[in-house]
Amino acid sequence: MKKAGAEILWECLVREGVEVVFGYPGGANMPIYDAMLNYPVHHVLVRHEQGAAHMADGYARASGRVGVAMATSGPGATNLVTGIATAMMDSSPVVFITGQVAAHLIGGDAFQEVDVTGITLPITKHNYLVTRADEIAEVVREAFYIAHSGRPGPVLIDICKNAQIELTEFIYPEDVKLPGYQPVDHAPKDSLECAVTLIEKAQRPVILCGHGVLISNAEEALMQFAVKTQTPVASTLLGLGAFPASHPLSLGMMGMHGEVHTNLAIQNSDLILAFGMRFDDRVTGNLKSYAPRAKKIHVEIDPSEIHKNVAADVPLVGDLKTVLTDLVPIVDEYDHDVWLKQINEWKTEADTRSIMNWPNDDKLYVPHLISDIWKATGGGAIITTDVGQHQMWAAQYYALDKPNRWITSGGAGTMGFGLPSAIGAWFANKDQEIWAIAGDGGFQMTAAELTTAIQEGANVKVAIMNNNFLGMVRQWQEFFFEKRYSAVDMLTPDFVKLAEAHQVPARLVTKREEVDDAIEWARKTQGPIVIEFRVEREDGVYPMVPTGASLDQMIQRPARVEG
Amino acid sequence: MQYTFIALVENKPGVLNRVASLFRRRNFNIESLAVGKTENPEVSRMTVVVGCPNGEVDAHKLEANLYKLVNVIDVQDVTHQPSVTRDLALIKVKVRPERRGEVNGLADIFRARIVDVAADSVIIEITGTEDKIEGMIELLRPIGIVEMVRTGQVSMTRGVNDGVRRVPGVNGNRYQEDFESLKMTP
Repeated sequence: MKKAGAEILWECLVREGVEVVFGYPGGANMPIYDAMLNYPVHHVLVRHEQGAAHMADGYARASGRVGVAMATSGPGATNLVTGIATAMMDSSPVVFITGQVAAHLIGGDAFQEVDVTGITLPITKHNYLVTRADEIAEVVREAFYIAHSGRPGPVLIDICKNAQIELTEFIYPEDVKLPGYQPVDHAPKDSLECAVTLIEKAQRPVILCGHGVLISNAEEALMQFAVKTQTPVASTLLGLGAFPASHPLSLGMMGMHGEVHTNLAIQNSDLILAFGMRFDDRVTGNLKSYAPRAKKIHVEIDPSEIHKNVAADVPLVGDLKTVLTDLVPIVDEYDHDVWLKQINEWKTEADTRSIMNWPNDDKLYVPHLISDIWKATGGGAIITTDVGQHQMWAAQYYALDKPNRWITSGGAGTMGFGLPSAIGAWFANKDQEIWAIAGDGGFQMTAAELTTAIQEGANVKVAIMNNNFLGMVRQWQEFFFEKRYSAVDMLTPDFVKLAEAHQVPARLVTKREEVDDAIEWARKTQGPIVIEFRVEREDGVYPMVPTGASLDQMIQRPARVEG
Repeated sequence: MQYTFIALVENKPGVLNRVASLFRRRNFNIESLAVGKTENPEVSRMTVVVGCPNGEVDAHKLEANLYKLVNVIDVQDVTHQPSVTRDLALIKVKVRPERRGEVNGLADIFRARIVDVAADSVIIEITGTEDKIEGMIELLRPIGIVEMVRTGQVSMTRGVNDGVRRVPGVNGNRYQEDFESLKMTP
């Protein structure tokens, strides 16, 4: 039986297990939206296509499945771009489906025509321009396969309007035929043996746990490896939660805002075991002086990450879970007591400066608030964030013991990510408590999605850390631009009124003693809520490694002057 | 240092753009790029000459990044392998009938051919290595080159020699295995 292209699209999406799509209709995708009504897929109408992209991304990260976002041609598609780049930088499996003008109009500057495949070429894992209905089934099948396999990433399908309407025989392709796409699995045996030799010689090893641990579900294998070899585990921003923060071998987050003892451990190590991470500049600091005495074993599924920033002595290209599972039985047991004791001494030293030990001065500090939310939720909520100071504080103080609870824009650093990604995460797991931690700047970028949240009844709790500043930029201006504050002082709307205008219940918190009550109220209230916390205006994120500095050259929190 | 790569890619619309865009995005400088069909209608072959200021590190980076493109089937580095490389140039030289003999003589020495003769110009076709073509251009320049077109370098390894494939475990190696098993069968 012949079907229209749009019907074939939905037929294929349903077969891929798609239950929810985030999108926005328009002229060039109307046949798709018409056909949608006949299929058991829930559509979430967003208020801006960027929101759809982040929701699909949040959904993908929380569920481990492929997220789907839709937009029409032209401005609809270009509004997705920030979200596509965000998914690309953080290896998130999202399929984007955009409408395009009819094939015979392409190249003629038709109404709402934009070269979407051209624009998204460098920010997608792969993309397709579909001009005929009979291409759709194969393309959708390939797109989902490419998006979630190997190193995951976004795939965009741009479907011409005529292809949505045309009738064609629906043949579901059983296999994907991609001669140029064969993700690797096992690392070769001789490389594994080289790695074992290095591990054997190491006195001061450190594991760098990246996003890849979560993507390949290697948490269990990582735990076995770390415990067997008694190797401490430092985490990248996106790797948080892959190794329990409360475990004695956990070092917490590394890098620019990493813990002092974590960065010192890396700098003084003699063996770095990089698991599913890419040595981002925020992680390494100055590359010339990075872990100078350490040999490096780099386990990565993407060969282009090997030697990209840091040369690997032993590169192991393969799926992390497979490689670690192969590695665990062939390494010996070690104890690194001297090394672990040394790290602990650094930690004790640094802890004396921790803001958590400050007496209550009745000001609101974000680290305290994050810690309060952590206590109230038992550390078990899904946390999404925007980008900036609050993001780093959330990473530092919401200590995660379980995987896939931490959704943040790491590589791209996209402000406005917090609220929409929380809504997406809610669709992935409706029983899970979800908190979106946002700054006053980032929240305003996608605040319109509050109505999406209320329309869908999304049970997300939004905590806005309002310091009336673009806080991270302000902090940099304080440290590196002689406190010349330029374009960071920000007038914010009354967030409570703003939320209430969106029919979302909201509260303002200005005092310490109101905090616990507000958090409890938020947790008890069904559906989306907003809490605005008026926080200390000029607090800084510590420790901090200035850009271009060596990882052990950290600016630490100034000691508290009493009175 | 210039490196020469041979890439087999799917013969689909937009693939050349993907490859060229990758070089731009990863900050590589293409010296020459030649694309054409192969014996298999579904596969195109590219010969890419590209500047790799950091030598082997860049060569690895380039190879690994090419594999990130879904349409790229195989990449090999033939820079240091015994191989045949050719470039083709058409050179139009302004020359009056009385000096044609001189141009003809030069063409003979370089084993080039005169493929078109007009009242006051000739077109010379020359194939060979870059060096040889450069040599001929130098000698023709004083006579008067009106216009010139070059195809860019194409390469093929000699005999059973294969290029270097640095990226472990991906398609390149798979292809090598296929190739090996082909050789084994009598």
